[in-house]
Amino acid sequence: MGDDALVLSHRLGEWAGHAPVLEEELALANIALDLLGQARVLLSMAGDEDELAFLREERAFRNLQLVEQPGGDFAHTIARQLFFSAYQYLLYGALAGGDGPFAPLAGKAVKETDYHRDHAGQWTLRLGDGTEESHGRMQRAVDALWRYTGEMFQPVEGVDVDWTALEAAWLEWTGQVLRRATLTVPDGPRTGAWAAGAGRQGLHTEPFGRMLAEMQHLHRSHPGAAW
Amino acid sequence: MATAAARDTADSRAHDVPTGTDDTAGHQRAFDAAVAADERIEPRDWMPDAYRATLVRQIAQHAHSEIIGMQPEANWITRAPSLRRKAILMAKVQDEAGHGLYLYSAAETLGVSREELLDKLHSGRQKYSSIFNYPTLTWADVGAIGWLVDGAAITNQVPLCRCSYGPYARAMVRVCKEESFHQRQGYELLLALSKGTPEQHAMAQDAVDRWWWPSLMMFGPPDDESQHSAQSMAWKIKRHSNDELRQRFVDICVPQAESLGLTLPDADLRWNEERGHHDFGAIDWTEFWDVLKGNGPCNDERLTRRRRAHEEGAWVREAAAAHAARHTNGETGAARA
Repeated sequence: MGDDALVLSHRLGEWAGHAPVLEEELALANIALDLLGQARVLLSMAGDEDELAFLREERAFRNLQLVEQPGGDFAHTIARQLFFSAYQYLLYGALAGGDGPFAPLAGKAVKETDYHRDHAGQWTLRLGDGTEESHGRMQRAVDALWRYTGEMFQPVEGVDVDWTALEAAWLEWTGQVLRRATLTVPDGPRTGAWAAGAGRQGLHTEPFGRMLAEMQHLHRSHPGAAW
Repeated sequence: MATAAARDTADSRAHDVPTGTDDTAGHQRAFDAAVAADERIEPRDWMPDAYRATLVRQIAQHAHSEIIGMQPEANWITRAPSLRRKAILMAKVQDEAGHGLYLYSAAETLGVSREELLDKLHSGRQKYSSIFNYPTLTWADVGAIGWLVDGAAITNQVPLCRCSYGPYARAMVRVCKEESFHQRQGYELLLALSKGTPEQHAMAQDAVDRWWWPSLMMFGPPDDESQHSAQSMAWKIKRHSNDELRQRFVDICVPQAESLGLTLPDADLRWNEERGHHDFGAIDWTEFWDVLKGNGPCNDERLTRRRRAHEEGAWVREAAAAHAARHTNGETGAARA
């Protein structure tokens, strides 16, 4: 879960200075910061946050393949955010209600993810139900990322939630947003022999290694240095 | 305007003068009196056309600087060496976008639109601070920008909190609060490097060596070559001359550099007991004018990238507009499909 937040935060950070309007510079950076904050808490629960972020190899990262997908156009970024924020909102909601080790973080983060989910949902509506071009781009983004969404509901060790119920709630909410946005809910596979649970096992897509190379190079160039 | 009395005068002026009457001389006298009395000029007050034009130019240039200024720092977001530093840098770049928004809003109170101003930026008809045409080559540059560039910006902007135009002065109060936070963060980043490994220390020194002179240039040309200065001082848009502010900045930085354990790249820099100020070496004004004319190291990249973000975002803005228009007209999404 910490890796999910860390990696997606990084991807959103790539938007700085590139957003289509100034308001989105603020919104995307804001979401990236929230996610980075969550990542720092979660990674610190597991060890030293910087060691975990900067000194692990690709195969040791446990994030979803969805969050490592490159930003693409704005529609791809929104689709990725829609799928992930809806998932995170439901997951944190379930955890916040429990008494496990993640309950305190989840209680705080669920409010952030509710805002992220709303932001992505609003843009899905604007782009899906906007112009011909934006509709086409949004549909292509949804179609392209759909196959990475099944992985989110593969049970995670040590996280005690009802994954089946989570998936049903996710499908319902996401489906509603897509339909309201005049988009077609894809009927392609959401899991496959390779994709299912792959990220959680340290099996990633090709762009991920390059992302890590960029993220880690400075830290690795100065072993043991404090920043 | 700032006082009730002045506001009454302004309102009665605005309301009593019949449409079509040209009482420019009367307006000018009231405006001059308000400025002389240190009152604030507000958007609905009469103001000389040249005052309006100067403010539009200055506020727009300031807003553009915030937006272009995101680029050199954003260049390091994906490479920040610790998660704490990454969070600080992301928050800073986000603040800069926010400053851009306040400033465009302040400019809009003068009767221009953000779109118009962005268009002028993209077509090169309006400028941004020349400092952002320098590249960020190492992580330490992020610290040097915070300490020196934001430090110079604050020295420039604190007096603007008392500028005669109300919306600009109020925007500056908010901007300065956040800027001084950024400045301390930059200083703290450099301190960590300076006290770190020899390689980190060298990185910090190299960054300060590269950013020192460009930071001094941020105060603009020397007083005798500054074309807008006299008028801006008379209008109380500016409160101090370029050279005064530059001197103030040098005097602040010298002890800070000492406590950082870093040197400033100026052999002529020394305390002058008689003046009570630091003397410093000559600035390379050829470089300054060259960068201002568009021939700095990154002028082309900065503008190209800004234009590209705008062009590539056009379909998103069009979608948002089409969606908003359709939903105020009552047509549902389903009807379109």
